[in-house]
Amino acid sequence: MGYVKALRCRECSREYPVEPIYVCEFCFGPLEVVYDYEGIGRVLDRRRIEERPKNLWRYRELLPIDGEPRVGFNSGFTPLLKADNLAKALGVRELYIKDDTVMHPTLSFKDRVVSVALTKALEFGFDTVACASTGNLAHSVSALGARSGLKRFVFIPASLEQSKITASIVYSPNLIAVDGNYDDVNRLCSEIANKYKWAFVNINIRPYYAEGSKTLGFEVLEQLGWKAPDNVVIPCASGSLLTKIWKSFKEAKMIGLIDALPTKVFAAQATGCSPIVAAIKKGTEVIRPVKPDTVAKSLAIGNPADGYYAGAVVRETGGGGEDVSDIELIGAIKLLAATEGVFAETAGGVTLAATKKLVEDGRIDRDSSTVVCITGNGLKTQEALAGHTATVHRIKPNLASFEDVLKGISHKGEVM
Amino acid sequence: MSVKVRIPTPLQRVTGGKAEVETAPGKVIDIVGALDKAFPGIAERISEGGKIRRFVNIYVNEEDIRFLQGENTAVKDGDELSIVPAIAGGRQ
Repeated sequence: MGYVKALRCRECSREYPVEPIYVCEFCFGPLEVVYDYEGIGRVLDRRRIEERPKNLWRYRELLPIDGEPRVGFNSGFTPLLKADNLAKALGVRELYIKDDTVMHPTLSFKDRVVSVALTKALEFGFDTVACASTGNLAHSVSALGARSGLKRFVFIPASLEQSKITASIVYSPNLIAVDGNYDDVNRLCSEIANKYKWAFVNINIRPYYAEGSKTLGFEVLEQLGWKAPDNVVIPCASGSLLTKIWKSFKEAKMIGLIDALPTKVFAAQATGCSPIVAAIKKGTEVIRPVKPDTVAKSLAIGNPADGYYAGAVVRETGGGGEDVSDIELIGAIKLLAATEGVFAETAGGVTLAATKKLVEDGRIDRDSSTVVCITGNGLKTQEALAGHTATVHRIKPNLASFEDVLKGISHKGEVM
Repeated sequence: MSVKVRIPTPLQRVTGGKAEVETAPGKVIDIVGALDKAFPGIAERISEGGKIRRFVNIYVNEEDIRFLQGENTAVKDGDELSIVPAIAGGRQ
């Protein structure tokens, strides 16, 4: 059995039954899942979690399902790398990479939210799932939906990179490329969701779907030995991931999984689409929508629905926000790969480049511990690196040609 | 000719199940007022003190009114106005 009590409006606190609905009928505020934390606290502790299989369902009492999980048994519990080479490069004492680039099965954190959304959609009795996506979500719904035996409609902006389109269409969903940007796709989908009885994971299933992001936060705490980091840097598109990671930290504190919660939360965006960070920097609650213009397409949401709450979390925790140029984020992708052997997509470059700036101007204390959330794999956004990588050494198939090249490389190896 | 207004599901209880209604042209905020006369309760749900609520997006011919003149955006004969709740997620 589950521990969900109700849905509650985040704005006016009106409560609703557990149904596929997502906004308050009275004030249009977003609905959020409310749990019976006393009940969860009685049955869930560190040892109970540690005994379970290493996937995202090890925190199942804190996820909004009533029955058994249906999909995602190999998703979650991704590595938390202690990034000593990168720490040295940035000049900080303790740095960790939460590495969702290796998430099963579609190489981004979206497999977390989709596993929860599809399990909930099946509980509600839907036979068709749908989503509006700029890429990673489309991949995850296409793949996990196939495994769940669900019919799939996936809506994407037509301008997406070809590699991201291929990585969805291969699973044979109904892939609909809309002539417009992500915000146009979203608006169209919310109108389609009005008309068709489908489980739109990021619309009518959204209150449940979004809760899946908490598993990233729980894992960070567990992997740090049930301790919260001093700082966490999180990429923002809609702002949902940031608010849910913070929620997971607060829940862990509430039910006694961690003893203290000193964490400052930092938001990272690309300068070409930074409505949340702009509001944080200006010290205002008002999120002004923008027209996105950045290579970090996975973060290109110009009208972020959770932006207000993401800003509130940053203020509450004494954190901050930083935005970075396309050149800075590309440099950070290369830095992460060259120091830690992790190839992040453009969003990961945004997060690391923002971390670097936050360290340089002292907003992140060099003597504290920091977790950088890397949410997707670089193989998905290779186009962004075109013209920005080191030169390949081309040679003839003979030793002389090789040694010609070797003269130009600082090479300290012994010759036999 | 008139203005066509698309009504999202959460508001259709107020419009008697209608997904589309017609109204006279005018500024966005005046249209909200006119809708409220026809379907009492709409205005308090999507606006507060003459301002559109934070979690409500209004589009005139597919353009967010925040990029136009906000509540004072003029809506002409033949234009379409969509009321859409803000939705999150779908990031990446």
